[in-house]
Formats: sequence, C-alpha cells, structure tokens
Amino acid sequence: MKIRDYTPFILPALVLLFLIGLFARGLFLDPTKVKSPLIGKPAPKFTLPELYDPSKKLDQNVFQGQVSLFNVWGAWCAACQDEHPVLVAFAKRKLLPIYGLDYHDDHQAALAMLQKGGDPYTQIFDDASGDVAIDWGVYGAPETFLVDKRGIIRDKVIGPLTPEIIDDRLVPEIRQLQAEAR
Amino acid sequence: MIPELGHLALILALCLAAAQAWFGMVGAQRGDAAWMSVVRPAATLQAAFVLFAFATLAYSFLTSDFSVRYVAENSNVLLPWPYKITAVWGAHEGSLLLWVSVLGLWTLAVSWFSRPLPQEFAARVLGVMGLISLGFCLFMLTTSDPFVRLLPAAEQGRDLNPILQDPAMAIHPPMLYTGYVGFSVAFAFAVAALLGGRMDAVWARWSRPWTLTAWLFLTFGITLGSWWSYYELGWGGWWFWDPVENASFMPWLVGTALVHSLAVTEKRGAFKNWTALLAIAAFSLSLLGTFLVRSGVLISVHSFASDPKRGIFILGMIGVFVGAALTLYAWRAPTLARGGGFQPFSRETLLLLNNIFLVVAAGSVLLGTLYPLLMDAFGLGQLSVGPPYFDAVFIPVMMPFFIIIGIGPYVRWKHGDAQSTLRTLRVAGILALLAGVLSLVMMHATGAVGLMAGVLLAVWAGAGALIEPFRYFRRRAEGRHGVLSRSTLGMCTAHMGAALLVLGISVTSVLGVEQDVVVKPGDTVHVAGYDFSFQGVHDEQGPNYSARQGVFQVSKGGDAVAVMRPEKREFASVGNETTEAAIEPGLFRDLYLALGNPLDDGAWSVRVQYKPLIRFIWLGGLFMMLGGFLAASDRRYRRQRAAESVVPATVEHA
Repeated sequence: MKIRDYTPFILPALVLLFLIGLFARGLFLDPTKVKSPLIGKPAPKFTLPELYDPSKKLDQNVFQGQVSLFNVWGAWCAACQDEHPVLVAFAKRKLLPIYGLDYHDDHQAALAMLQKGGDPYTQIFDDASGDVAIDWGVYGAPETFLVDKRGIIRDKVIGPLTPEIIDDRLVPEIRQLQAEAR
Repeated sequence: MIPELGHLALILALCLAAAQAWFGMVGAQRGDAAWMSVVRPAATLQAAFVLFAFATLAYSFLTSDFSVRYVAENSNVLLPWPYKITAVWGAHEGSLLLWVSVLGLWTLAVSWFSRPLPQEFAARVLGVMGLISLGFCLFMLTTSDPFVRLLPAAEQGRDLNPILQDPAMAIHPPMLYTGYVGFSVAFAFAVAALLGGRMDAVWARWSRPWTLTAWLFLTFGITLGSWWSYYELGWGGWWFWDPVENASFMPWLVGTALVHSLAVTEKRGAFKNWTALLAIAAFSLSLLGTFLVRSGVLISVHSFASDPKRGIFILGMIGVFVGAALTLYAWRAPTLARGGGFQPFSRETLLLLNNIFLVVAAGSVLLGTLYPLLMDAFGLGQLSVGPPYFDAVFIPVMMPFFIIIGIGPYVRWKHGDAQSTLRTLRVAGILALLAGVLSLVMMHATGAVGLMAGVLLAVWAGAGALIEPFRYFRRRAEGRHGVLSRSTLGMCTAHMGAALLVLGISVTSVLGVEQDVVVKPGDTVHVAGYDFSFQGVHDEQGPNYSARQGVFQVSKGGDAVAVMRPEKREFASVGNETTEAAIEPGLFRDLYLALGNPLDDGAWSVRVQYKPLIRFIWLGGLFMMLGGFLAASDRRYRRQRAAESVVPATVEHA
C-alpha cells in the first residue's frame, strides 16, 4: 500500500488532534472568564443591612472614592470555603477594601464561617433574599467584581479567586485603576 | 463503615477492570484461550463491585448519612425518599458513579449475550469495555470520589437542587447515560473488529441490536429532557440549543447515522470503513458530552460542576481512547475490502445521503457549540452563538433529509427502479402537496411558508412510513402471504415519529401564541380563543418548600375548560426559587401559564401561552424510541445466536 492510500483515513485522527488542542487551550485559557454585560456599567443600586449589625444599612455609595473588590459568597458554598483563606491572605496585603455580599445565606452559618476562618471583608452586605445578587448578574458563588473609584464595574471573576488570578490579573488591574483620576 | 465499603468496592472494580482489559486485549492478541477465559468472570465481578459501590452510596442517601460530604451537599432529611435515590446522580461525583454503573450493566449484558461470538472477538470487545471502565474508575477515585467523609458531620444536608426534584429529571440522567454508555458497546465492537481484521456482515449484525438499544435510550433521554425543560424551566420552550443539550444531541445524530449505516454494512457489506468511523465517532461524542458538561469549558445554565482538574482528566481520557481508536482506524481501514458496488439510484445511495446529512448536521451543531471557544482560543473575542445560528444551519440540512426519509425504504438495494418507486410514492406525494397547500391557504400566520414546508415534509414522511404496513395489511386482507418483520415495522414507526416531530415543531413554532401580561385579581386575559380569569394568589405548603399559587379559571366560548394553578416555589433549605408552570395539556394543544413577579396592589406579571401540537414533539420522540425497540428485537438477532455458534462466519469477501 502506498502512503497515499492512507491519507483520507488519517483525517479523523487529525480532526481529533485539533479538537483536543482547542479544548486544552480552552481549559488553560481560564474558562471562567466570561465577560459580564455589567462591565463598564455603574454598580446596580441597592440597600442592604450590614451582616454584623442589621440595623445599619449600606448602599452602592460605599464604592465611591476608592477602587474596591466586591466578593459574592455564602457559607453554604463549598467553593467559597476553598476561596476563603486566599481572600483572607489577600486582605492582609491591604491593597484595597474588599466588600462581601453574603448571598442567600443563613446568618449564623455566615458568622460562624468568618469567626473560624477569619474575616477578610471591610464590610459585608447581608443579601438573605438573593435579590441584589440577581441585579449584579450573579449566577453562582463565588463571584468577584472589581469596582473603580467612580463605582463602575471594571472586571468580574467567576469562580473562586486563586493566588494566580489575584497576582496575574487583579493586582495589575487594581494598580492601574488606582492610578486613574477620580 | 458503609461508605468505606463503597470506596473499597470501587478500588476493587478498578483492579478488576484492569484485569478485564489486559486479559481481553493481550489474551486475544496472543491467542491464549486460558487468558481469554478470565475475561468474562473478571468483567462480571467488576460490574458487580461497581453496582455494589452504587448501592452503598444510595444507602447513605436513604439513611441521610451527612457524614458523607456528597450526601450532605445533595440531600436533606426532608427530601422525599424517591428523590433521595435520584439525588445519588444529582451532582458530579454521583453522576460519574451512575455512568460507571450503567457501563457495568452493559458489560454484564455483553458478557452474557456474547457467548456465541468467537472467543477472540468477545474477549476484545470486553477488553475495550474494561479499559473504558478502568478510565472512569480512575477518574472517580482521583478527582471525584463520592465517598469522601465530612468531619464533623453536617447536621442537615444542603438539599438537592430544587429544579432536579422532579420525576422526569429524576430518570432523565439514567436514560441519557444508558444511551451514551451504550455507544461504548458499538465502539468496542468496532475496535475489536478493526483489531481482529474482521469487518464483515457478522460484525455489523452483532453491532446492530446493541447500537439500536443504546440509540433508543438516548432518544428517550433527550425526549424526557426536552419535556422537562418545557414544564420546569418556566419559559415554555422545549429546546434551547444549550451546550449541554447539544452534547446529547450530537451523539444522537451520529448514532442515527450509525444505525442506518450498519444496515448497509449488514445487508450489502458496503460502507464498512464508514460504519466503523461512525461507531468510534458516536462514542467519542458521548465522551465529549461528558467533557463539555463536566469541565466548565463552555459555561451553560446546566453545568453545575466545573473544575479544571476534572476537565484535564476527561480530556486526557478522550485523547487516549479516541486517539488510539482513530490511529487504529487509520492503520486498518485502508486495507479493508470494499463492499458490493451500487448504482446511483439505489438504497445505498439514499442511505449514504442520509448519513451525509446527519453528519453535516452533527458537525454544524458541534461547530456552533464550540464556536465561542474557538473564537476565544484564537483571541478573536468572546461571543456566543445562539438559536438563530442553529436554526439557520440545521433547518436547511433537515429539509432534504426529510424528503429522503420518504423515498429510501421504497428503493431497492444495488440498483433501484425509479418507475416503481414513483408508483409507490404517488399517493404520499399527492397527500403531502395537498396538506402543504391547505396549510398555506388556511393559516394566515407570519411564517406561513415555513409552516407549509414543515407540514408538507411531515405528511410526506408520515405517509411514506405508512405505505409498508398498509401494503402488508392489504395483502393479509386479500388472504395472501405477507411479511412485516419487526425490523421494517420498527423503521416505519421511527420514521412516523420523525414525521410527528416535524409536524409538532412547525405547527407550534408558527401558530403558537405567547403573551406577557400584568393581571390583577378579577382580570381576564384572552389568548387564542381562551379566556383566562385571574382569581388571585395564595400560599401553599409543600413537603420541603413553600409556594405562592395563582389560580386561573380557563374557559372557551363560555364553557369551563380547566382551573390552572401556576406556582412559585421557595425551597427553604437552599433558598432557591423555582417556577412551576401550570399546564393544561391536550393532544392537540397545551395551555401554559407561568407566574412572573408580584407587582403593586396584588397584580402579577404572567406569561400566557397557547401551544398547538406541542405534544407531537415528544410523541415523535416516543415513536422513534418504540421503533428502535421493535427493530432491536427483530427475530433474526435472536435466531443468529444458534446459527452462528455452529459456523463462525469469519470469511471476509475480499
């Protein structure tokens, strides 16, 4: 048999090779980076009680004046528990305030988790009904938004933050945004 | 203790799968009868241990053992017990265990029914299945162990995802997986045949009932999934071209092509290469489906699990299994003898066209599904491809396909007789044209041309499917001898199913009515001749949820039709809310009500829909499934066992 006789039959294997390359690339491309339609838009309006002190009400104006992170989490969410130590370590670097949205959570469970693992948050909004998370386009926890000095959403990370995501993606963006004028 | 036993059973199953693979593949290669005789017991034990592991996990769910993390994450004491069992496959780890368990059942079936096969061939088939089981057991044990303990144990479980607490969704995954995994049998047969160099009619005849069985389960699984999304997701849609749906649809399309191509290989010895390739492709797409759903590569509303480690593992597994099979194919296929020749107008040609259309359809679905990834991988930005793309590429491919469905069965093998085919199909053609024109004249809807095309093709395919049974009964009535094998009857039933499906799709999408309205108690909405009078909303309590239930009196021309009660359910344990649409079903039309959001002063937003013939879509699916069942249970597959155990037909007509 000549090599030419084999040619058409090698094609399927080549197609497979191409697809596998594509998927591998997709896997390492950070598959969780989906552009949110909210990027470039102001943070949605809301008013929520603070987690520790429900009589205190917080709203979207907390984002005004400084670059901040907005992290959506819940004690019920296994990935958030994985993420928690990363967030605590990042908070110690005091680069920027981290606001938390306690999403659809049991109040006591949330407090217990913070007591046990440490509290990385500057302030925490208690979104027991999950309505605010819906306005923010959250479809799973954890999700993290980067908000600039004018309260405009600039980036969104779906899934748990990792040291790599923080150092390679968020920190450069944070520094750039912090350099921007108000 | 029990979960540890399950974990141990899984490890033992892994070892036995390795033995099954080794003795099967290497034993057959060496022609060592003693080695090959180990394969069946190893396979049986392997399957038994996997099923045992499954049973222990089910036991942990039934006893609400929240010291098992997976149970704590997916069950709840309040969960009704049937859902405690179905919660076993409610998330990633358990659905993998289900996958392997289903593979275990298929392995048992193959090891049982393959006794009349030549020993080498059976050993190879079971060996390949052992390799697949090995891969998946390893996958589970390394990345997705369902038996991991949670210490200290949770007091209460987090509950099963509420949208999965539903009868159809409970049995959807097992049906779908039975189909997916069933293609592994066709795959194993193809690989064994390529290895042994015996790609003949016997191989095709053996593969056929297995492939048909896998296909009918997949058909049923997809139908169930579509029905579920219709009434549970609350939008009244029945197909969303969602990546996860596509993941099950691609193997179905290729599997359908395979079922037809196997017919040619069995009857005429032709298309061998092509059939082997389709068998490999159908299973590869099943694996790809698993990968797409589980890796998070494509984000979809359905993907509950996503973890890069898992994605890499499955991708590696696809690379090894499919890569090896395709390399083997590239090496062996060119040396295979070609089958009998055929004229341009013959059943072979039409089946080849059928295959081309199905594969092109599967390819375009694959392209659409992967397109966002493709764009992203080449740095061209992120975007997604929606229903407009799929409708635009899929419908044009399916139109000629449905013309062929009507003709194919009435063209002879090798060289057809156009005259006699025309005579046979005259009536069907006239009926189809009449129905098409009638639908165009009677209905002044927008999209009437699409409706006409759909009705025409559906009547054409449906009438075509009736000719053969009609002829049979006429012969019998005239007291003459007539034959209608289950195989033929199965084909006619499945083609009828395809016709019903097309009719349902075209009528419901063109003539369906959908309105979003705001109603206050006492208001009446008029949609498609029906009056929906809103009585108000009150609270209802379910076993593990609380609901707000709306009440609507429905009447038509003053006659009461039904009372419809759409709900919004809140599941306290997870804090999730689901929309339970109220559906007033009918064979010829559904009325569909879904509650939106509460507005001021007791007003609610409500979606009201009138869906004519939507049931035909799932009825079509059920007909196709039934057709598959009839064809798979044809007598010749049962008879062959006795015949071939005496004379193993290994002669390859070169």
